[in-house]
Amino acid sequence: MVERYYKSIAELPREEYFAPGHSLCAGCAAGTIVRALLKVAGPNTIVVNATGCVEVATTAYPYTAWRIPWIHVAFENAASVASGVEAAIKVLKRKGLIDPNKKINIIALAGDGGTYDIGFQALSGMLERGHRVVYVLYDNEAYMNTGIQRSGGTPLFAWTTTTPAGRVWRGKHQPKKPIADIVAAHRIPYVATANPAYYLDMVNKFRRALEVEDGPAFIHVIQPCPTGWRFDPKLSITVARLATETAMWINWELDHGEFRVTVPVPKRKHVKHYLRIQGRFRHLTDQDIEEIQRFIDREVERVNKLVGKEVIGPLVE
Amino acid sequence: MSMGEELPKYFEIPIAGTILEPGNTVKIPTGEWRAFRPIIDKEKCVRCLLCWAYCPDGAIIIVDQPYKTASGREYKFSVEIDYYHCKGCGICAQECPVKAIQMVEEVK
Repeated sequence: MVERYYKSIAELPREEYFAPGHSLCAGCAAGTIVRALLKVAGPNTIVVNATGCVEVATTAYPYTAWRIPWIHVAFENAASVASGVEAAIKVLKRKGLIDPNKKINIIALAGDGGTYDIGFQALSGMLERGHRVVYVLYDNEAYMNTGIQRSGGTPLFAWTTTTPAGRVWRGKHQPKKPIADIVAAHRIPYVATANPAYYLDMVNKFRRALEVEDGPAFIHVIQPCPTGWRFDPKLSITVARLATETAMWINWELDHGEFRVTVPVPKRKHVKHYLRIQGRFRHLTDQDIEEIQRFIDREVERVNKLVGKEVIGPLVE
Repeated sequence: MSMGEELPKYFEIPIAGTILEPGNTVKIPTGEWRAFRPIIDKEKCVRCLLCWAYCPDGAIIIVDQPYKTASGREYKFSVEIDYYHCKGCGICAQECPVKAIQMVEEVK
């Protein structure tokens, strides 16, 4: 675990910029992620939100859960709006209308639908133009807000309402799109994947992303969804932790070309521990699980080769 | 803006759907969703703040009051639960390393 800025949870600011009373489902880890993000970012922050669970649940008119400036325009353009906000602030600083030394964080916050599918070209454009925006993707692996439809982020064999499980279909046919790798291919300064269960690792990545000076930063956070993944709300963080323990989710960062796995897993668990806890994988047979396991084994091998040593260990249980 | 209250006139509403009162969801009693009530045992609690960090609703509050346990350990602060907003998901009880939080069924 990389602990560069915060060494313990007690060092985090006590202030809450994400007010309670929002209507995210009980046990939704998005609340955990956004609270942590705003604690790290502080009051000088502008959040641009794409349509999604967080947008719908936090701003039911005439209420808002945000204690900082927040804007929502449309589903597909969170990255474009964030680019515009960043450019406007640059101009206002140049004209001396706001203090040029004042640090203003601009955060684009989008779900997997707003990033993998609908918002992808806006995101790619923002990365290519090199705006100083931190793009945070909270990935609950389907369109949860509209009723659990598949997205580009839905993993292999997962049940959703548009990839049903039955005699012919066994959930989604295609594997998850490697969005963080695609973003990294834009050669931006900072790309990372994070997991709310590894809290300090996550907040340190947020802090690092906000301190990147020379361009955009992208953080991909896994967000277990009790409603769509079909598990007991109290298990949100447990499921997130299992994702990393089984190497279904690898926490890495790419900081100016330097690749690091920030949460090494010396002894890896079998993916069945992660899959069997969730109702969306209930239809899987043992052969299907072995197929996913082989897919993960190949991915682990690829990451280990990239790092140059065995950071994700062998399968033990 | 509850029922029966007089609604604002069109010219009194801010333009473009802006909300001028930051964080006004604190008025919404999401605690009514709760089926199980978390109860913190301050004697067992080691003040690791994991529940405070993991809580998706910010319903765990840090209270700056010194506390001395029966076994003589002294803490500078305690954690309490904001029952007005706690949705009773149970993440705090599940993740507590010393099992100091119990989930008790709500009795109306």
